[in-house]
Amino acid sequence: MHLTDIREKLADRPDLTRHLAQVKEQMATCIQCGTCSGSCPNAGFMDMTPRRMWRAVLADRLDLVFSSQTFMLCASCYVCTLRCPRGLPLTDAMAALKQVAFALDLDRFKRSTRFYRAFMDNIRQYGRVRETELMARYFLAVKDPRVPMSYTGMGIKLMAKHKLHPHFPTLGPGRLGPLFERATQQQEQ
Amino acid sequence: MDYLYYPGCSLEGTASEYDLSCRELFKTLGDHLTDIPDWTCCGATAAQCVDAFLSVVLPARNLALAEKTDTGLDVLVPCSACYLNLKKARQDLLENSALQARVNQVLKPDELAVNAAVRVRHLLDVLSRDGAVGRVAELAENRMKGFVVAPYYGCQCLRPFAEFDDPEQPRSMDALIRATGAEVLAWDMGGVCCGASTATTKPEVGKKLVGRILDQAKDAHAVVTVCPMCQMNLERFQPRPVPVLYLPQFLGLALGLSGKSLGCNMNLSDIKSVLSRVAS
Repeated sequence: MHLTDIREKLADRPDLTRHLAQVKEQMATCIQCGTCSGSCPNAGFMDMTPRRMWRAVLADRLDLVFSSQTFMLCASCYVCTLRCPRGLPLTDAMAALKQVAFALDLDRFKRSTRFYRAFMDNIRQYGRVRETELMARYFLAVKDPRVPMSYTGMGIKLMAKHKLHPHFPTLGPGRLGPLFERATQQQEQ
Repeated sequence: MDYLYYPGCSLEGTASEYDLSCRELFKTLGDHLTDIPDWTCCGATAAQCVDAFLSVVLPARNLALAEKTDTGLDVLVPCSACYLNLKKARQDLLENSALQARVNQVLKPDELAVNAAVRVRHLLDVLSRDGAVGRVAELAENRMKGFVVAPYYGCQCLRPFAEFDDPEQPRSMDALIRATGAEVLAWDMGGVCCGASTATTKPEVGKKLVGRILDQAKDAHAVVTVCPMCQMNLERFQPRPVPVLYLPQFLGLALGLSGKSLGCNMNLSDIKSVLSRVAS
């Protein structure tokens, strides 16, 4: 992804631009010590270490940030937040980047963002998670047959343990529909 | 003691045995749990990845329901992710009155209001600090003698809030495990991340992280957990068969409760070796 691409996508989204400016501000006192990278259990799976990614954020290199899977691999274990000598809210900042990737619906993150979408739709509809329907909707949304296949073994085990509870999907505004609606309106004010 | 109980969605599904064993254990210890009426999802990992405001509103709704009971009781939460979401929202609301006002506007049509007055406590906080250790020791009569247990804490009950344990070198389970007569495995993987929900969307990550954790548990007869996500990952990505059970299941067995009443037929890992030890 080029810098111009991401700038173009953000051009008509002042809300996300503000959001990213906040992340940059939160990171302003980062001293690039690398404690976050050294502490992260997932650093070995990342194409860019957390330290480098924060540097890219500070340098406005959003092309590098959103070409990378780094922030999406954050499991929210909070070790970096705990250890950061500057006391920066690193885990929360990772979540803020996930929110931007979600809002832009970037294709490269769909395995994660489609899951979040399916999850939110599920609780909006039922109030509580219905795991079986959640996974079914996720598989439909991600449109990649390899994903459901990787869950076959798990599904069979869960079924044998009577842990899958299929319900008939229901329609309508949903159990938490009005609450979601009001939360959205509140943010637009 | 009395507590308000927030089971959370997993405990109604894939973590049913955690719910069963929590209720059974507290009943046996003489504590009373009251479910928060009409509770809904805390937002889990998804809400914070989608919408910062909604990730406060969803837990706030449950805090408001707890306040509405007018009992003044602490909220007991077995799931670490639910615990962190509820606690974090409470903290944010306490520190930011403007946020609290905005959240209350959203809650108002449902006749709810949040003051962040109730205390949110993880199951392990309650078990390790409210006098359960003595009662377990009394009732267990060393039933687990000769057994070695690896305590696995995961992340979100320890961090970012260092509320009841050392977030780097946790040991709040030690006294509980020893109270059963069992030994605690000396290892340093107790607070190392299993991949959490990242393992759901990126299974290759979960496999590697869990492998690393379970490799260090070789000298233990079982691993015990206090989080549905940890339990799921530790059971799903096993490099070799390792019995993994929830802490309340283990404590319940030590107290002589039946495996069935603790949901021990529902674990995905093979825990027969633990059950047969109690039976003999």
